[in-house]
Amino acid sequence: MSPSRISSLFCAAALLALSSGCQQTPADIERHLQERFISAKPGSVIELPEGKFHFTRTLSLTVNNITLRGKGMDKTILNFAGQQEGAQGLLVKANDFTVEDLAIEDPAGDALTVQGGTNIIIRRVRAEWTRGPNPSNGPYAIYPVECKNLLVEDSVARGAADAGIYVGQSENVVLRHNRAEFNVDGFEVENTENADVYENVMTHNTGGIGVFNLPNLPRQGGKHVRVFNNQIVDNNTPNFAPKSLGAIYNLPTGTGIYVMAIQDVEAFHNKIQNNNSLNVFIIHFKTGVGDSVQTTAASPITQQIFAPEDKRYYPFTRQVYFHDNDISGGGKSPDNRITVLSQLSAALGGGLPDILYDGLTDPAWPKKSFNSGDICLTNNGSESFLNFDAAGPMKHPVKDIARYACSLPPLAAVSIPQAGPPPTAAASVTGK
Amino acid sequence: MTLLRAIISPVSILPSNYPRRSLSIVLRLIPWALILVASVGIYYANRYQGVRVMLQEPFPRKLSSWHLFTAASDGLKPSPGVLPYDLNTPLFSDYASKYRFVWMPQDASATYNDDSVFEFPVGTILAKTFAFPIDGRTGKEKLIETRLLVHTASGWTPLPYIWNARQTEAYLQLVPDPVPVRFTDTAGHARDFTYQIPNVNECKQCHDHNNELLPIGPKARNLNKDFNYPDGTANQLARWTQAGYLRGAPASNDAAPRSAVWNNPVSGSLEQRALAYLDNNCAHCHQPGGTAGYTGVDFRLNHFDPLHAGFCKHPNSAGNMEGRQYDVVPGDPGKSILIYRLASTAPKVMMPQIGRASVHTEGLALLREWISSLSPQSCQL
Repeated sequence: MSPSRISSLFCAAALLALSSGCQQTPADIERHLQERFISAKPGSVIELPEGKFHFTRTLSLTVNNITLRGKGMDKTILNFAGQQEGAQGLLVKANDFTVEDLAIEDPAGDALTVQGGTNIIIRRVRAEWTRGPNPSNGPYAIYPVECKNLLVEDSVARGAADAGIYVGQSENVVLRHNRAEFNVDGFEVENTENADVYENVMTHNTGGIGVFNLPNLPRQGGKHVRVFNNQIVDNNTPNFAPKSLGAIYNLPTGTGIYVMAIQDVEAFHNKIQNNNSLNVFIIHFKTGVGDSVQTTAASPITQQIFAPEDKRYYPFTRQVYFHDNDISGGGKSPDNRITVLSQLSAALGGGLPDILYDGLTDPAWPKKSFNSGDICLTNNGSESFLNFDAAGPMKHPVKDIARYACSLPPLAAVSIPQAGPPPTAAASVTGK
Repeated sequence: MTLLRAIISPVSILPSNYPRRSLSIVLRLIPWALILVASVGIYYANRYQGVRVMLQEPFPRKLSSWHLFTAASDGLKPSPGVLPYDLNTPLFSDYASKYRFVWMPQDASATYNDDSVFEFPVGTILAKTFAFPIDGRTGKEKLIETRLLVHTASGWTPLPYIWNARQTEAYLQLVPDPVPVRFTDTAGHARDFTYQIPNVNECKQCHDHNNELLPIGPKARNLNKDFNYPDGTANQLARWTQAGYLRGAPASNDAAPRSAVWNNPVSGSLEQRALAYLDNNCAHCHQPGGTAGYTGVDFRLNHFDPLHAGFCKHPNSAGNMEGRQYDVVPGDPGKSILIYRLASTAPKVMMPQIGRASVHTEGLALLREWISSLSPQSCQL
C-alpha cells in the first residue's frame, strides 16, 4: 500500500474522528463519507465535524439504526451546490434513523428525503436554498414520505419551491418547534394520518401550512391532524412555485392555513395573522387546484367529476374545527392571480375576510342540517368570514360566522415514543 | 447435470516424487521451488479451477478471485459454466456495451415465472460488465466496470468492480470514482462525458423492492430470445433449462412472454416497443414497492394502465418542468414531462435519476413517436 493511500485512509478516519490537519480534496471527503454510510453497522453514530463539505452526488444511507450527528446547523454544512448526479441531497431509506445538528444546502432537488422509514427523528437540521426564493430551487427541504412514527423538531427550512417541511403518505407524526420561512408552503401535511403540528413558526412563506389529501397517490385517506400553538403570520412571499408543481402553483400568495379534501382537523391556540389573501381557507379539492367558481359550478358536484381518475379519492372537506385561535388582519391584499379570489374580492369591494370557506359539501350526505360538512369555527377572535357558496355559484353566500359556531369532540394527541408526552392543554395557551 | 456446468474439483499440482539430492541443494532450491509451485498453482487455479462463490464479507478485492472469467484483455472469456445472456430491451446506460453472465452452484437452479424476475438459488452470481468503445468504428472496447449481484443467504449483495487502466484486473470499490469517457461512436461522432459508476447504495436505489434487493433484468419476457452461443444459436430460456439453470419454463418458448425489442419494428408495434422501453428503463423504480412507488406511477409492462403510466397525471413532487403539468399528455410529447425528463441531463430534471449522463436520442425518439401517436387529450381536470 502506497504512503499516499495510507495517509488518505488515515485522513478518512481522522475526518470522522474530528481530527484536523489532513489535506483531503472535497472528492476524498465525499467518497469517504459515502463509504462510511455504506459500511456503517446498525447502532452506530456517525459524527461529522465542523466545516462546509461539498458534494457532487446524492449522499445516501440504507443501514437501519444509524445516528448522523453534526456540530450544529450552522457549523456542519453539507453543501450540494455542485451536484452533478442524483436529485436529493441526503437520501435515507432506513428505519430507526436520527439526524441532528447539521445543515443541508442547495441540492438540485429535495434536501433531506427519508423514504419508508419507521421511527425517524429529524432534529436541529437546517435545510435551505441559500439564494432565497427561486422557482429552480428543489421542491422540498425536509421531505419524509411513507414514514411511520416520525418526529421533526427544532429544525429550519428555507427556500423550498414547494414545501419547507413536508410530510406525505405517513402516519403518527409530530412536527414541533420548527421554523419554516421563505418557502412556497411553509408546512404540508399530505395524505397523512395522525399528525400533531405544534409550536412552530411559519412566516414569510407564500402560505403557512396546508393540511390536505391529493388523488393518485398510493396512500389515500389522510385524516386526524391537529395544528396548535403555532405562529402563522405574515406569509406574503410571492408564489414562486413552477407551474409543474400543480396545486401548489395555485396557492394564493398570502395564505395562513388551508385545509383541503380532508376530515378530522382541529386547529387551536394558533396565532394566524396578517396573511394578505386570507388567514384560513377551507376548501374542496376542486377549489384548491385553481378552477374558477364558474367551472366548478358548471358541473354537478359529484366525486366522479371532481376526481375522475382515482376512485379512492375523496375530495370533500369535513369535520374541521377551528377554535380559540387568535386570527386577525387577513385578506388585506388578495392574490388576484387566483381567479376565485380576484372575483370575490371584486364582489366585496376589495379585500377578503379572515376565514374563507367554499361551502362545497358532499351531495351524498343527508341534508339534515345547514352545516352538513361539520365545519366549526368558534372563538377565533375574528368574525370576518365568508362561505362563498361555490356550488351556487355565489347565490347563497353566508357571512355570519355565528352559524358555524359549533364544536366537535377534541382529537386525541399523537403519541410516538421519541416525542415524549404532548403538551397539556393548560400549558399550551398562547397568543390570546 | 449437463456438460455445460462447471467442474469444480481441486487440481493436483504437486509432483508426487522428488529425486534424492544432497540436503544443501534441496535447501537452496526451496525458495525457487516455492516460487515455481506458487506460479504453477496460480496458473492452474486460474486456468482450471471453476467459479468460486463467496457468500459473506469480506468479499474479494479482485474480480479475478471469483474465477468468472479466464481472460479480460481480449474480451471477457467466461469460465466453464458461466453462461452469457442478453435482454430483449435493455436499460440504457450511456451507450455502454453490456456483457451479462449468470452462474449458479452445482445442482441449483432458478424457478421460472411469467411476470417477475426469476427466483434464483443462493449462490447465484449475476455479472454485468460495462464497456465503452475506444473507437466505435473499429469495435475495440475498454472495460469500465463489472457489477456482481451475488445471492447470499441474507439476500442479494451488489459488488462493483472497477477495471484498471491496463485492463488486467478489476477492483472492488464501494464508492467508485467517476470515469471520464471519450470515444468516437460508430457514426463517427465524438462523445465526451463523465460516466458515473453507481455506488453500492445507488445500486439499491434501482434494485430495491419493498426494502429487498432484487435483480431486474432476468425475467421471462426479457430472456425469451435467441442468443449466439459458441456452439450455435439457441433460445435463452431453452438453454438455461438445458444447462440446469432454470426449472419450470414452458416447453415451448412461444408459450412464454416475450418483450418487444425497443429498436426493432419487426418485434412489436410502436406501442409494444415503447412500453417495453418504459418497462426496462423506468419500471424498476416506478412500480408499487419500488423506489418511486410513492409517486403512484407504474410503468410495468404487464400492469399497464393509462393513469398509472402518467396519462394526464399531475406529478406530486416534480421540480421545475418549465410549464409542463402532466407526466404524459397524449398526442403532445412537447407538453409531456416524461419526454422533458428523458431529454435532460440536469440532475434535478432527468430520469432515470442515476446511471445516465447522456441523452438516449433513439429511445427518446421512440417515446416521442409513441406519445404523438396517442389520441390527443387536453388533460383538463
